Amino acid sequence: MLTKRIIPCLDIKNGRTVKGVNFVDLRDAGDPVELAAKYAETGADELVFLDISATEERRKTLADLVLRVAEKINIPFTVGGGISSVEDVDVLLQNGADKVSINSSAVKNPQLINDLAAKFGSQCVVVAIDAKQINGKWTVHLVGGKVPTELDLFEWAKEVETRGAGEILFTSMDHDGTKNGFADEALAKLSTMLNIPIIASGGAGAMQHFADTFVNGKADAALAASVFHFHEIDIPELKQVLKENNIPVRI
Amino acid sequence: MKLVIINYGAGNIQSIKFAFERLGVHAILSDDADEIKAADKVIFPGVGEASSAMAKLKATGLDKVIPTLKQPVLGICLGMQLMCNHSTEGDTTGLGIFDVNVVKFSNKVKVPQIGWNEIESLKTLLFKDIPEHSFMYLVHSFYAPTCDQKIATTTYGVDYASALQKDNFYGVQFHPEKSGVVGEQILKNFLAL
Repeated sequence: MLTKRIIPCLDIKNGRTVKGVNFVDLRDAGDPVELAAKYAETGADELVFLDISATEERRKTLADLVLRVAEKINIPFTVGGGISSVEDVDVLLQNGADKVSINSSAVKNPQLINDLAAKFGSQCVVVAIDAKQINGKWTVHLVGGKVPTELDLFEWAKEVETRGAGEILFTSMDHDGTKNGFADEALAKLSTMLNIPIIASGGAGAMQHFADTFVNGKADAALAASVFHFHEIDIPELKQVLKENNIPVRI
Repeated sequence: MKLVIINYGAGNIQSIKFAFERLGVHAILSDDADEIKAADKVIFPGVGEASSAMAKLKATGLDKVIPTLKQPVLGICLGMQLMCNHSTEGDTTGLGIFDVNVVKFSNKVKVPQIGWNEIESLKTLLFKDIPEHSFMYLVHSFYAPTCDQKIATTTYGVDYASALQKDNFYGVQFHPEKSGVVGEQILKNFLAL
């Protein structure tokens, strides 16, 4: 049986791991390659590296990091952050990334999704969507949740699937950093409406939240950062709890 | 041990090269027919869309070379699918090594299948010391149905062939290079064939 995936997310700035609380106030949580190796050993199913640097050398720094990760890590990993062209993706995949995640660039230029799917295959195209509720409507936001768009989460998600995305990484800005659980209602709607895998992100604070998002949120994978980085939740114990809840996991 | 990874421009070959390096084996990336023929072991990778990958393979002339190889050959993911008779993805004629036609998963399951799934009914030395129901990492929308040349089964809506074998040719739908220590054992087993 296909198992539910547990995905630690490593936010990267200038080659180091950071994690923001509500995307502000960054804290250092270590060397990305070492952290990635540790997660691979302890049962993470995949890793996501999200680059939030804003320097001119960022592309080269990220490409170098991807190469170092690929040398060392024996599980799949996704790279995101500032990717805006077919050329960007080509370099990252050639350096050993398995998938790339695009966010703002897909909103600004939706054709990029089609182009990436055609050139590299849908399987390596993850579209990340950040959204929060405004007057009861789930609204897509850009730039780490700072800039609202006119887009409705569900309409945009459908378009993204139609254009060839292989997976959607949905972060609820309303839940991110709260540690009160994932946005399971919106996730379940996405998962039922679409026929590609959905990764839940934002709100993990307890092991039960993961069980809830797999059952109630119908998520295919769940992503979290600080709860893993600061050992509030350890993956082997989490998977054992999920298994006891009859949720299929790789142990 | 001379290990060659066929480099025809389709896929994430860096990961496969690194996986063998972690096992202490240096792999040569090549699209040269003579170098491939002279290898002890050959890896035929592939990621992406079938018809464009096959077009790239034909452009190198290697579509004629691969079926004539006598040493152990391991097709991975799309590489395995291209070793079959045909794929409905882009209506692609394959190399015809495995006598099976690749088709798309039904809409009863999410497509692509992405993640870790079990392999079972394991046959041949490729799976020596690999426990039944081991988890492998898979990313694919098309699959090879169950057939005589199946050496591993996976279930995703249907039971399908997640590995195939005929003579010196092996193919795996999963990514051993991304499947942790169990995947590494499969790569070691291939090197020992």
